Amino acid sequence: MRAPVSWIRELVELPADVTTEKLTDRLTMLGLKLEAVERAGGDIQGPLVLGRVLSLAEEPQKNGKIIRWCQVDVGDANGTGEPQGIVCGAHNFAEGDLVVVVLPGGVLPGGFAISARKTYGHVSAGMICSARELGIGDDHDGIMVLPADAGQPGDDAFGYLGLDEEVIDLEINPDRAYALSLRGIAREAALGFGVPFQDPALRATPEPNGTGYPVVVDAPDGCPVFVTRTVTGFDPSAPTPRWMAQRLQQAGMRPISLAVDVTNYVMLELGQPIHGYDGDRLSGPIRVRRAVEGERLTTLDGVERTLSAEDLLITDDSGPIGLAGVMGGETTELSATTSHVVIEAAHFDPVSIFRTQRRHKLPSEASKRFERGVDPLLPEAAADRVAELLVAHGGGTVTDGVTKVGAAPEPRSITIPTGLPARVTGMEIPAHTAVANLESVGCGVTVDGGSLTAVVPSWRPDLNDPFDLVEEVARIVGYDKVPSVLPAAPAGRGLTPAQSLRRRVGRALAGAGFVEVVSFPFTGPAALDALGLDEDDERRNTMRIANALSNEQPYMTTTLLPGLLETAARNAGRGQPDVALFETATVTLPRGTVAAPILPVDRRPTPGEWDDLQKALPDQPLHLAVVLTGERERTGWWGPGRAATWSDAIQAVRDVAQVLGVEVEVRSASVAPWHPGRCAELLVGDVSLGHAGELHPKVCTAFGLPARAAAAEIDLDLLLERAAPPSGPVVSSFPVAKEDVALVVDAALPAGELAATLREGAGELLESVRLFDLYTGAQVGGGKKSLAFALRFRAPDRTLNDEEITAAREGAVALAAERHGAVLRG
Amino acid sequence: MSGPNTDYDPVEVTPLKADEVEAARDAALAAIESAGTLEELKRVRTEHAGDRSALALANREIGALPPQARKEAGQRVGQARGAVSKALAARQAVLEAEHEERILVEEAVDVTLPWDRYPAGARHPLTTLSERIGDVFVAMGWEIAEGPVVEAEWLNFDALNLGADHPARTMQDTFWMEPPENAIVLRTHTSPVQARTLLTRKPPVYVVCPGRVFRTDEYDATHSPVFHQVEGLVVDEGITMAHLKGSLDHFASSMFGEGITTRFRPSYFPFTEPSAEVDLVCFVCRGTGLDPAVGTSVGASGSTAAEPTSSAHGSCRTCKGEGWIEWGGCGVVNPRVLVACGVDPERYTGFAFGMGIDRTLMFRHGVEDLRDLFEGDVRFVGAFGTEI
Ligand SMILES: [Zn+2]
Repeated sequence: MRAPVSWIRELVELPADVTTEKLTDRLTMLGLKLEAVERAGGDIQGPLVLGRVLSLAEEPQKNGKIIRWCQVDVGDANGTGEPQGIVCGAHNFAEGDLVVVVLPGGVLPGGFAISARKTYGHVSAGMICSARELGIGDDHDGIMVLPADAGQPGDDAFGYLGLDEEVIDLEINPDRAYALSLRGIAREAALGFGVPFQDPALRATPEPNGTGYPVVVDAPDGCPVFVTRTVTGFDPSAPTPRWMAQRLQQAGMRPISLAVDVTNYVMLELGQPIHGYDGDRLSGPIRVRRAVEGERLTTLDGVERTLSAEDLLITDDSGPIGLAGVMGGETTELSATTSHVVIEAAHFDPVSIFRTQRRHKLPSEASKRFERGVDPLLPEAAADRVAELLVAHGGGTVTDGVTKVGAAPEPRSITIPTGLPARVTGMEIPAHTAVANLESVGCGVTVDGGSLTAVVPSWRPDLNDPFDLVEEVARIVGYDKVPSVLPAAPAGRGLTPAQSLRRRVGRALAGAGFVEVVSFPFTGPAALDALGLDEDDERRNTMRIANALSNEQPYMTTTLLPGLLETAARNAGRGQPDVALFETATVTLPRGTVAAPILPVDRRPTPGEWDDLQKALPDQPLHLAVVLTGERERTGWWGPGRAATWSDAIQAVRDVAQVLGVEVEVRSASVAPWHPGRCAELLVGDVSLGHAGELHPKVCTAFGLPARAAAAEIDLDLLLERAAPPSGPVVSSFPVAKEDVALVVDAALPAGELAATLREGAGELLESVRLFDLYTGAQVGGGKKSLAFALRFRAPDRTLNDEEITAAREGAVALAAERHGAVLRG
Repeated sequence: MSGPNTDYDPVEVTPLKADEVEAARDAALAAIESAGTLEELKRVRTEHAGDRSALALANREIGALPPQARKEAGQRVGQARGAVSKALAARQAVLEAEHEERILVEEAVDVTLPWDRYPAGARHPLTTLSERIGDVFVAMGWEIAEGPVVEAEWLNFDALNLGADHPARTMQDTFWMEPPENAIVLRTHTSPVQARTLLTRKPPVYVVCPGRVFRTDEYDATHSPVFHQVEGLVVDEGITMAHLKGSLDHFASSMFGEGITTRFRPSYFPFTEPSAEVDLVCFVCRGTGLDPAVGTSVGASGSTAAEPTSSAHGSCRTCKGEGWIEWGGCGVVNPRVLVACGVDPERYTGFAFGMGIDRTLMFRHGVEDLRDLFEGDVRFVGAFGTEI
């Protein structure tokens, strides 16, 4: 809400020492936050003065233009008192006219510096200004010609043009609809500085009678009050007074015509949206009703709208003539010929206006106020004020007829313990302060023992609950008075195991050289196609966003890979082809399309209701994904680097599992988006965590990744659930026995499987088994490979003897031979 | 070996002459002194202290002397041999030390050679900052609560006193899941975790919830459809706004340094009443609004309320000369929220607050463009491979 400071000061007499800064500081601390202070002519530098055109000579130019060489009296503003010679291109003025002159040394908006310069054969010492050049209007009709009584030549023009006006822009929260008016802002200023407030809405208005423009309200729930007044004989060509146009502009509205400007002015002044009708274009009584589904109306913005049965309509015998409280229609709008003005000042149901505004995406100055709640006692005063201003500036007569249909609701009252504000805020607030503060916002307050009852003023629809009163009391006492006291929380249990483990996972990966990234959880069909997912891949079962920002990414992602691969490609594109990235985030896995219930809010949900609500939500497991591109180890003076491979991706998951104390089993698999021969499934027992390996070459191409990029994605929740700290590890101090065995097996046998067999066959004495060599080639023959393992044996309680060691080793080899046809390599 | 020769005149035996012994000793000492390497010293040892050295030969002659001469000659030769032996040992020690030193010198390497063989990893600053925030509250005995990002409309709005027709809903540009009538949204704030917490725990409740939230904002340097908030919620007997202030002051000083506190300004949130905006004393200029780098030349010129037009040069960049940084929103939990969650509003009161983590990261660490947080450039994240 933009408010000229002079307008505020006109409505409330502030102490002399209250500067604009003090005013805005106080308003901010009362809850009307200052966004900006602007000076209307902040980008203009003087001298900018009034001048009288003494003479003008028209001089045709070679380019076809006719310029005017003017002698302009600028009083003593030029230091000499002599007339100022100025060349002017406009023709809309005459000798003797009062104009606005910027003299050499001045600067106009846009940094346009004025100097005496030679042009069209004269030295032009200054400029006669148009409203446009001064940034105070978009009049195209030439320079500003001021009324004869505007002042004397040489007078400073800033004041006259309102260019020295400070305008404050306040952020108004939705609960403070009353402050969307000068009336409301002035009231806050008054209570902020403890000065009396004269409510501009308090005016004597004529009693309603049966002779006003007829109104029928068929939907009193949507329209509790409807007032009309009528002005006849109004001069539609009468100009808007300069002060009014300036205030509208300063408040951010465009002056249009006197009749329209008056309705807007009164809305700004009092907060009551007003609609004006051309009375000659109305046919029959004004009727307020709900629309018929599918009914049509062309609103003032020229858009034809199809209406809903919930929309509140203004109609006459011709049909719909306006969307109540939102926007009027074209057929009855005020025009350049309107001399018969019917003024509408009504009160509309906030919810109805809110819904209509949203349905038609038609926020307006009127709907903004109605949907937040307008003072229902305003219509009569506001209509009267409009009539007064119309007649004062456009002539005509206010007719005697005053229509009023309906009535404002009775005021509410709220009773609270007088100590409640102190109890809620922790400030010392005596009862008399609570009473005084509530009275200053307009409540009528009575105290009865330990409680007080506040009758809520009509302009405060936001005050409904006891705590609403607490806020009113507290903000006037001042939030800066709230003491700072640490609450004593009961002893906490620290992070949950899952929370600690998640941190551990991130640290482990960062320690292993992975860089964490945060991606948006949105994806789309193109990305899922680029992953090479089958039509029936469960990762294509996505939840769709109804109002996604991008048509390319309308889904909640089911996999972290698209975002991660795009990030890796972005790094490659920025000259960083060697990266190892990881991300942990939830994915969204739909469970069906059950609606989430909208539960009551006046009680706790029942267990059944709570269950239904939870079940309607999708599964959102935490995933972990990694991607590696380019070199995992760099080339350097130590020698060549090492390219990242499928094994790095698998190892990343193993590293994570290791810090969680979980053993992960690796099995060969063939799943998109991985290379079908270089893909591993990662399991804990029978539970599949996810996959890892080298990405399919087509996937690398589709995402623009360096060749042979590797990636992994697992359900981290599944892994975290299985995390287990070690239990009773025993470290034997007896000597170790080391035995190496090299086994020749079928090339297709996974090394992990063979290692597991050796472990099983070696029995309890085996401390560890580790693959240390892999050989394929002529020495073992085609279709075979040799795997060399280092076995370590140790007993917890004794030194092993040769027989025991041999037996254990042979047991391992024998089981490998039996199960896999493994042959000990000679 | 011959027997003692009683006629033998010891004075006449050359090797035992005092000057000859001295000469042999001096020659030995001189040779030892000039030995420059361990090898040379070894040769010197053989020549001057070996079996065939002059002093060894002289020593051998002592036995042949008449008893009366033996003592004197023995003493003389013994002293000379002792001096040589000591000198040898000393020289040996010196040369060995020199030798070891030389080897170490020869083994010197260029320690400035890089060992960036294994690129460093890093956690994302949003993660580390969220953890740090969590730690501040966990240290006070609070716990960390969590909730899903795809959330029921009822929890995101209705339970928080944001009914379907509440104008404040337009302040929250919401992503709706298809079909919208299923009433499932991307949570627009972390506040639904308030309701979840109250529905799943009994008071006293002291929790914070860092998490990801969504609004339909276009993506630019200061806006993102995806961002992060931290929510705080306390519900207990006797909780007041003063406890809210105390908690946020503690939070502020923990994150930004001793003496950094907060200011409340009245505001509006449907789920709190009274509600306030939280401003943080600027931790860079400590509330003066002046650029600390410019220093006293500006500060000395006058009050902190510098003229808006003239403050462009000397004003603090972090707070734009305001002295305060907008940090978040807070308030006393609206009793209507307690009722919807089955908490007795007569017995319990509470407070809640919410701050943007992304924004906090940006002003706390001078990040200019919000998009840096989500683009995953390893140079950006790598710069934050620290605790923050
Ligand atoms: Zn600052």
